[in-house]
Order: sequence, then structure tokens, then C-alpha cells
Amino acid sequence: MKILTGNDLKNGRVVWWDGQGWSIHVEDAADVGDQADAILAREDAACRVNGGYAIEAEPDPAGRGVRPAHIKDRIRAYGPTVRPDLTLKPADPNAGTWVI
Amino acid sequence: MYKYDQYDHAMVRARVEDFRDQTRRRLAGQMTDDQFKPLRLKNGLYLQLHAYMLRVAIPYGTLNSTQMRKLAHIARTYDRGYGHFTTRQNLQYHWIKLEDAPDILGELAEVEMHAIQTSGESIRNISADHYAGAAADEIMDPRPWAETIRQMTTFMPEFSYLPRKFKIAVIAAEADRAALRWHDFALRIVRNEAGEVGFQVFAGGGMGRTPFIAYEIREFLPTGQILSYLQAVLRVWNRHARRDNIHKQRMKILVHELGQEEFSRQVEEEHQHFLALGEDFPQAEYDRIAAYFAPPAFETGLPDEIDRSDPDFAVWLDQQLAPHKAPGYAIVNISLKPIQGIGGDITADQMDVVADLAERYSFDELRVAHTQNLVLPHVRKADLYAVWETLRDAGLADANLDLVTDIIACPGLDYCTLANARSIPVAQKIADRFADPQRQRDLGELKIKISGCINACGHHHAGHIGVLGVDRKGTESYQLLLGGSGDEETSQAKITGPGFDEDGIVDAIERAVERYREVREPGERFLDTYRRVGMEGFKEAIYG
Repeated sequence: MKILTGNDLKNGRVVWWDGQGWSIHVEDAADVGDQADAILAREDAACRVNGGYAIEAEPDPAGRGVRPAHIKDRIRAYGPTVRPDLTLKPADPNAGTWVI
Repeated sequence: MYKYDQYDHAMVRARVEDFRDQTRRRLAGQMTDDQFKPLRLKNGLYLQLHAYMLRVAIPYGTLNSTQMRKLAHIARTYDRGYGHFTTRQNLQYHWIKLEDAPDILGELAEVEMHAIQTSGESIRNISADHYAGAAADEIMDPRPWAETIRQMTTFMPEFSYLPRKFKIAVIAAEADRAALRWHDFALRIVRNEAGEVGFQVFAGGGMGRTPFIAYEIREFLPTGQILSYLQAVLRVWNRHARRDNIHKQRMKILVHELGQEEFSRQVEEEHQHFLALGEDFPQAEYDRIAAYFAPPAFETGLPDEIDRSDPDFAVWLDQQLAPHKAPGYAIVNISLKPIQGIGGDITADQMDVVADLAERYSFDELRVAHTQNLVLPHVRKADLYAVWETLRDAGLADANLDLVTDIIACPGLDYCTLANARSIPVAQKIADRFADPQRQRDLGELKIKISGCINACGHHHAGHIGVLGVDRKGTESYQLLLGGSGDEETSQAKITGPGFDEDGIVDAIERAVERYREVREPGERFLDTYRRVGMEGFKEAIYG
């Protein structure tokens, strides 16, 4: 599947296109099929997202939503692996394993 | 240290207001990202993996307590309670909001700081010996020259739209603590046979994708000719630079393609032209700047003896001090490399502790080392125990300066958009493997440097042991390098062979270190043994 990500223009947070808008949770990411360029152009023009791009992903086999194909995007989705306290899931002991 | 005058204050404040307006227009949709990006980069604002990153300039690594407290305040108010000191003696915040950035720059301006020239194709923050003004072995304080060059070149059009970034370092001692010859342009302050002060000039160094060690291009340059000489260097670079190819734009490529002799010849030819224009700065301007760097009023008659009865304190003393030029004083190195910590990271509370120590015990001065540690440059030996107790209580009293756990590591893939692999977890695993203090001291000086990509922010080319993270079909892999150095005997590390995974690189390093222990001769550091034995003696141990 193909999903969209970028950084919120105002605060820089990593965001994922959920089909209606931008979510900070990768689990919400929607398959955009062949609509990536059109959505990104529209959202960039609306100044909602910065540096948006499309990536390959797959449904997470562990049932945790969507898992980006590349480690860089999994780190973007989770947060720095060396600071679990600063991630979106600071209390999840398995979150780091999901990244690697 | 240098103090802003009215003009400096006005210039930096105007710059903040410019950026405030640029940010407002971007947020209002009146500028595209392509239009805004070069403007934010000129103010040190990058977009990284998790948020915007602001890189704050710390000229030649010098700070006072007011500035450090401001950095702590910004970390608490606008970031997530910490900052990261870099290998260019700067500080980075990794969780910045664009909408806050103008206010942060405004706060920095209040304490005579900014983020200008921490990005873009400009002369980057000029670095210097972090012991400058205090070192027993320097012939003078190199910072007035760093400041003079900074003032001469900031916003000067010819130095503002360079083919690529340009890094300068200045030192004034035989010992090189600033990785001089890894810079595009580097100055060592020397005396000639007549006793005159001048510069030994190097050019064409740099790490990154294509590492080169700088050549000496002038044995002795009179100090008063530095502006015309620097203009000549940049004129030659501008003339030939490969602006069509980003991988060949750095000056190091040109210097090494032309060769030492031809590059020097062209620079000397241009220099004659600039000298004739008579535009070098007047001595009075240097004297004005140098007055700000007058040595503090050191007390005389202080004892050199230190009570070493506390064994933990004694261990710290033996590792963390450097000789000071004034009797009764010492240079204190503060380690930012705790085992299991993140090298270069410091919390806002720790920043405040260090600021308090600087104010109370070090004439209000602090230094940032390119090794991602901090320095209290002027501490009375009689005060060392009190300083150590405070550092210990703040978690800042690790005694590992220049040892195997004093690892330089870039932020890597945990934070950086350019990175291919994580650096920090590898540094943590290596530090954990060698955590035993006795083992560290037995191994002696051993500098490990880790980069998460070929841009080499972690200085892997200059590591006694270097590690380079690469992306191998979506998986992190690590190359091992041996034999680099950033000191006065600069050398470039060489790749040992096939790479390793995250755990494998730690095992490989341990095998290399154990080979060193087996074959070292009395007094040899790891690097000395490598240079004597050569790569083959280590490859066998690493790969079997």
C-alpha cells in the first residue's frame, strides 16, 4: 500500500494522511493508491503540511495498523529509539521492536 | 569575551524581525516551501525527522553563564527540556515549532546569540581550540582572530553566496585540539624566527563523502593580511568551483584537483591583487576586538597542591583536567558522555548547574568542545573539589575524557533526515561494553567517532576507530575504520573490510581493541600501535 507523510507546517510534527486530514498516528494512515501527487499538491497549497511524500507501507502483521517499509519512516512514526520517553508510545515496551 | 556594540545589537534584532516577517508570510501561504527554505536555513532552522531543528551558533565555542541559562530556558520553554552540543561547537534543539522560531531567535538576541551561518553556503561557525585563553601551551588566545574573521565575513556578499559551505578553525598551540586540518581553511598562530606573530595557513581539508586533509599553503602570513588572503582563497575557489555538481563543490575538491603547489600559486597571485587594494582591516579594529578577550584577573600566589584523599575525586582529577597557563588554576573538562547516556546531550537543569559553576568558579566563562563536551576554562585548584561535588550531584562527573567511552556520535537516524543508520545506539552499546572504568584507563587514549551517513558529522574519518553507518537495502549496516586522527599528526582512517550489523560492530571493535592490548608496546596508544603494526595486524583479529 502507498501512504502519505510529511511534517505539520506550523509545529513540525510528523503527520500521516488518514483520508480526510492529517493524523499524528501512523495507524490512521490510509492507502492513497494513485492519488498521492494530487493530495500532496492540494495539501501543500493549503499550507497544512511541509515536505510531504509518499511511501510504501504494509498492514502491520502484529495488528498495529500500518508499518512503513523503511526504517527511517518507522522512526519518524515512533520517535527517537534512544528516547522512548519522547515517543508517542512511551509506555509501550514493544514499540521499539516495531521500529527495528 | 566579545560584547555586542550598538551596531551588533541592531543588526541581530533586525535579522530576527526579518525572519519573523518571513515566517508569518510562510504560515499565511504567501510563500512556498521552496521560497522559504533558504531563508529559514540562513537562520539555522532545518526540518528534521520529528520536527524543526534549530542550530544555535556558539562562536568558537565560548559561552557565558547568562547565555547558558538562556539556552536552558529555551530548552524548557520551546523544546523538550534538553539540547545537543555538536561537533562544530554549536547547540541543536530537535523539537522546535516553526511558529515559535522567531521568538526563540529574539530570546537569543537578548543574550548576544543567534543562529546565523549555522547552515547554508556560507562561512560556518568558526571553531577554535576549546582551551583558548587558558591553555598552558598556547602562544596567544586565538579567539580574537576568530572573532575578527567572523566580523569581517558575516554578511559580506562575497562570503555569503559561496559554492558550498566553508569551515574555518583557528588555534594557537602546537597541540591541535580543533581538528585543524579537517577544515576548508585553517589557521595556526605561530611566531617566526624574528618573533613576529603570524598564521600558518592550511586549505582544502574536509570530511564528508570525499575526505581530504588540508595542505599547508602558506608557512607564515602576517596577521594583518588575513582578510586579503582569505579573499584571495575564496576568489580562486569561486573561479573554479564546480557549481554544477554538488558533490564537487567543496573547496577541498578544487584544492586537491589543482594540487598544493598550483592552488597556492593562484592564491598568492590573487593575494597580490587584494593587497594592492589596501582593504585589510586596520590594526585598531583588531585591537578593539582583542580587548574583549583580555585575560581574567587571575589571583597570584595560589597553591598548586590538591587534596586527593577522596578516591573518586582523585580519579576524576586525573582524567578531566588540563594544564592552565596561570599557576594555581586548572582547565576542567565536563564529560557529556555518561554510560548509557546520549553523547552531547544536556538537560536544561544541567545547563543551569554548569552556568552556576561558570559564574562562581570560572570567571563566568564556558567552552564547548568539538568533542561534544564542556569546559570550565579557569578554575582555581582550591575550588576543584567543590566543582566536582556539584558536577557529581548533577550527573556530570564521568571521568572518561579521551577514553574509549568518550565517543563522538552524530544524532544519526534517530533524528536526522540525511542519516542512513542510527549512531547513538551504537555509541551506547560500545560504551556499555567498555564501561568498566579500570578497563577504560588501561586502554588509555582511544577516540571512537561515529557517523550515521557519509556526511561525517560524527567525524568518523578522524577516529582512532571510526564507524560509518550505511543503508544496505533498508537495513542498517556499519563500516569499521581504523587509524584516523584530528590532532597535530592528522591522518585519515581506512576501512577495514566488510561491514557489520549493530551488534557485530561492537564485537568487531572489541576484537580490534583486544588486538591492541596484545601487541602494544609500553606507552603506546591505540593509534600508535595501529601506525606501527598497520591494518593487516588488526584485520586478522577483526575478521579471523
